[in-house]
Amino acid sequence: MTKKFKLSDYTLYLMLLPGLALIIIFSYIPMAGLAIGFQQFNPTKGLFGSDYVGLENFKYVYSLDDTMTVLRNTVSIAVMKMAAGLVVPIVVALLLNEVGKVFFRKGVQTLIYLPHFLSWVILSGILMDVLSPSDGIVNQFISFLGFKPIFFLGTPSWFQPMLVISDVWKEFGFNTIVYLAALTGINPNLYEAAQMDGAGRWKQTWHITMPGILPIIILLSTLSLGNVLNAGFDQVFNLYSPVVYSTGDIIDTYVYRLGMINFQFGVATAVGFFKSVVSFILISTSYFLAYRFANYRIF
Amino acid sequence: MVQHNSLGRKAFVYGNYVLLALIALICIFPLVQVLAISFSSSSAAASGVVKFFPVDFTLDAYKYVAKKPEFIRSFLITLERVALGVSINMLITILIAYPLSKDSSQLRFRTGFVWVFVFTMLFSGGLIPTYVVVKNLHMLNSIWALVIPGAVPIFNVILLLNFFRNIPKELIEASFIDGSSQWNTLWKIVVPVSLPALATITLFATVGHWNSWFDGIIYMNQTDKYPLQSYMQTIIVARDMSNLSADDIMRLKNISDRNIKAAQIFLGALPILLIYPLLQRFFMTGIVLGSVKE
Repeated sequence: MTKKFKLSDYTLYLMLLPGLALIIIFSYIPMAGLAIGFQQFNPTKGLFGSDYVGLENFKYVYSLDDTMTVLRNTVSIAVMKMAAGLVVPIVVALLLNEVGKVFFRKGVQTLIYLPHFLSWVILSGILMDVLSPSDGIVNQFISFLGFKPIFFLGTPSWFQPMLVISDVWKEFGFNTIVYLAALTGINPNLYEAAQMDGAGRWKQTWHITMPGILPIIILLSTLSLGNVLNAGFDQVFNLYSPVVYSTGDIIDTYVYRLGMINFQFGVATAVGFFKSVVSFILISTSYFLAYRFANYRIF
Repeated sequence: MVQHNSLGRKAFVYGNYVLLALIALICIFPLVQVLAISFSSSSAAASGVVKFFPVDFTLDAYKYVAKKPEFIRSFLITLERVALGVSINMLITILIAYPLSKDSSQLRFRTGFVWVFVFTMLFSGGLIPTYVVVKNLHMLNSIWALVIPGAVPIFNVILLLNFFRNIPKELIEASFIDGSSQWNTLWKIVVPVSLPALATITLFATVGHWNSWFDGIIYMNQTDKYPLQSYMQTIIVARDMSNLSADDIMRLKNISDRNIKAAQIFLGALPILLIYPLLQRFFMTGIVLGSVKE
């Protein structure tokens, strides 16, 4: 149906104006600001006054030993989180689905969603207390069992596992919702038919439930591919310390320290630029794959 | 449904209850412990005897925090931030989502506009260039630095836009036939029928502003302008002693600060814990509604 343009429809464009203005200023102009990555940036001279140095910043970053460590940490933390973050919610959703008592299921859901809504500042404060080597309850329990206390957040080899565990702790409840929603969408007739054919609970889970939620599993794992360089700034920044930089430092925290602490704006922007470009490729690819194989559209 | 009450099934059912209860307990236990510590005497907190319940119940830690000017100040800044930030977020979200929910015959270049917004989710200038823009706009140290740069929450826009698209077209056309303008249709018809979706997004925006801490740390040079979560970041996580007065340090010698930290952690989480029951009811429908597509 093609309608003629009415004057009143121009209000639609007017409505878009404030939003467009804001994202141009705070999203698109900073994209142009990525030019800082190619400059010997001097804050007093600004973006237009600073000298261009070509790829000098990138070469410098490439020559630093830290760079490879940071990249490796980022990818390994992100991949471990993706794997754990995929498996745990599915398992919990399947277990919850077997529970008959509604109040019990609702109660468990309410408690496991809760950490998702608290900030990493709050949760880090809590974790630091609970995991403290001297008076944290976890180490009291470990001592009680007769082992030596472990400084979980101050030992490089423990730091990555702690990041993964605490991330799962915060997020699995929330992600469980998605699978529970998918589970309710499965046709109950299928289960009855399977029972007629003599299938037990395990067989029903394996042959009906799993295929039923497979599309959403594929979709979420595909979309998560875009996050390979996002290992979680908020979490790492609040939990790490110089002692665990060797295993805990990620691209985002590295950019923060280079830029905001050491004032190496050009170098920090170069690292950020690298991350933005690689992330863009990964996210676009994952969206494209999700569209191709799961018919997923963002809007 | 026919139930197979075999022994194995029974064992599974009971085991399942126990396992899930345990999982739920692990989720909530650290919070309960911190709460117990905050209500315990400083000596009990320091000696690590507090488990599930407060030992030597006292409100001392809360009394101390209530008299702490930094805490009160940052708390008020956060309230101001939430009030301003959420109103601006909601206004902008509605104003973008409504036009974009139309099809291309009514909004020419619709797809182009959508991509202009969505692209900012895929690619960003990153930390430093954004900081430079905020600095050049002379927004550092002002509440606007916490509210304006994030004023367009693209994710919420997409949720709302998908919700708007599912409103029956007849409803909106009837309003036009009655001679209503786009502007009136939006506020008199579309917004009132979208209250569940709007409530969800309002809650998302509120939680987002309440929990946000990093922008406070980078955009505020003076710690007395920090919102609550940024202040707590320096006090609890970064253990910055520089903004403690001599008086504070004297007092800290007398009382272990473990219960005081716990009290602040709990107070920082309290508003979220209070709106959580409300939140829970809404967000599930909100998410499902927003993700349904034609």
